[in-house]
Amino acid sequence: MANKVLVVLEQREKLVKKAGFEALTVGVELAKQFNTEVEAIIAGGEIANLADAARYGVSKTTHLKSIEFENYSSSGYSDSISDYAKEINAEFIILPNTAMGKDIAPRLAIKLNAGCIMDSIAYEVKDGELFLTRPVYAGKALINVKFKSQVKVFTIRPNVFKAVQSDPISPVDISVKEVASPNLKARVTSFKKSEGKLDVAEADIIVSGGRGLKGPENFHLIEELADSLGAAVGASRAVVDAGWRPHREQVGQTGKTVSPSLYIACGISGAIQHLAGMSTSKFIVAINKDKDAPIFNAADYGIAGDVFEIVPKLTEEIKKLKS
Amino acid sequence: MKIAVCVSHVPDTATRVKIGSDQKSIDSNGVTYVLNPYDEFALEEALKLKEKNEGTPEVILLSVGGDANKETIRKALAMGADSAVLLKDDNPRDSAGIAKALSEEIKSLGCEVVFFGKQSVDYDNSITGQLTAEMLGYNCVSVVVSLNIDGNKVTAETEIEGGREVVETVFPVVITAQKGLNEPRYASLKGIMAAKKKTIEEKPAASYDNLTEVSSMLMPPPKQPGRIIGTDSSAVPELVRLLREEAKVI
Repeated sequence: MANKVLVVLEQREKLVKKAGFEALTVGVELAKQFNTEVEAIIAGGEIANLADAARYGVSKTTHLKSIEFENYSSSGYSDSISDYAKEINAEFIILPNTAMGKDIAPRLAIKLNAGCIMDSIAYEVKDGELFLTRPVYAGKALINVKFKSQVKVFTIRPNVFKAVQSDPISPVDISVKEVASPNLKARVTSFKKSEGKLDVAEADIIVSGGRGLKGPENFHLIEELADSLGAAVGASRAVVDAGWRPHREQVGQTGKTVSPSLYIACGISGAIQHLAGMSTSKFIVAINKDKDAPIFNAADYGIAGDVFEIVPKLTEEIKKLKS
Repeated sequence: MKIAVCVSHVPDTATRVKIGSDQKSIDSNGVTYVLNPYDEFALEEALKLKEKNEGTPEVILLSVGGDANKETIRKALAMGADSAVLLKDDNPRDSAGIAKALSEEIKSLGCEVVFFGKQSVDYDNSITGQLTAEMLGYNCVSVVVSLNIDGNKVTAETEIEGGREVVETVFPVVITAQKGLNEPRYASLKGIMAAKKKTIEEKPAASYDNLTEVSSMLMPPPKQPGRIIGTDSSAVPELVRLLREEAKVI
């Protein structure tokens, strides 16, 4: 029997994030396959929905609590989490591949003398050994990787594994551990929310615009379509480099790699770097004047026409549907 | 003060990847290698810090790999770095193996500030900076889009989902650079000439046993060709129907 699985959840503004529950689902499944137990852990101040963890099949959740943990602290979070991982002799430590997960996972790996594998999109247990699949070169290729270390730290890409609720476990065991004087050598002092409503890295639907929009003044068409769908606005590298849109919206190899349920590319021709960043989306729609544009090879559905005519019409139809 | 900038030598982002004969890495035939794009932001920030301090800090490039890395190191020297050390190992290393080699060299050089690109665009792990910091016991801020250094105090803005966090810490520190941190300079002709005269120090990378192992590399499953359902707005209702009934995504 393998040692325990520990899933590191993430909270922002007092709420546990969905990506953490996805990681939990992977943890529960992995624990079954290795015939071991799974626990969840989270660092934070007050957390509103921590009991939800039980709905995803975990029996024990530990809340590392401190007023200082309301904001993220790389040093404080990683010290406290690694101490707990040692205490329960955890073998597998799973985190979501979010900004926080990416920041903490390598620190935990060093503290626990573990190998560290990032951004897994699939896993398989073969002859008692765990193999993880992850994209490399922004998704142009995949690798299968295994650990050679006793303790194993890995992150899973958000939006790839579905968070599956199982039969509620009762009683819900949430143990609160007060962290008296956390290590705050590096700490967050404030958070500046960006103007956009949704972040491309987290969105379930993304509407992206490219050079075909002809200028920043026309991006309201993209924003309106995104609004009608409750989607995030994305952008190609060309328009970010031209200064039309902020870098945080860039999708592709030097931007964000995304896997939403629906990706709508408007006026984007589909440079190889862009395709690499969005080709794992579940459904892709392309709207582009040039019917030979490479984006149509990646798309499930395409309209080879004028974005200025089609995008507003699409917004109108979606609004009709939703009203 | 010494500033280290850790650089990697990676395939250009326009590369069409083909699997190599070992079935574990890419076929590097015909591939153009470049300075990792995020490392340009790291180097620019180091050069700006040097300029702010009237040119006293030495900006030292560190890279782990084989002789091929020298071409990339030369380009980074041309941008304005003072010197370079190539930590040699021809065998593949995992991120922690690269961090091990870098951290040993940073320790012996005594660099107080270390810059990395936030990730290399080959393996996309985005962890080498944090691993190195952790091995050295340095503070670390990753994915930095704005940086202010005042004495030994560091205030950085880092990009997270939905916004930016303001992080405060102190030296010694590792910073990993995100696009948007600055506008990297181009190498001047003078810089290129000067870089030719600079020596790249070579030494063996600190030994390390990989903790992870690539068992195979494969191409992503091919995508079914899509359908072009029209050429004007009359196709929109059909698109909406397909998204609703076939794809079930809206």
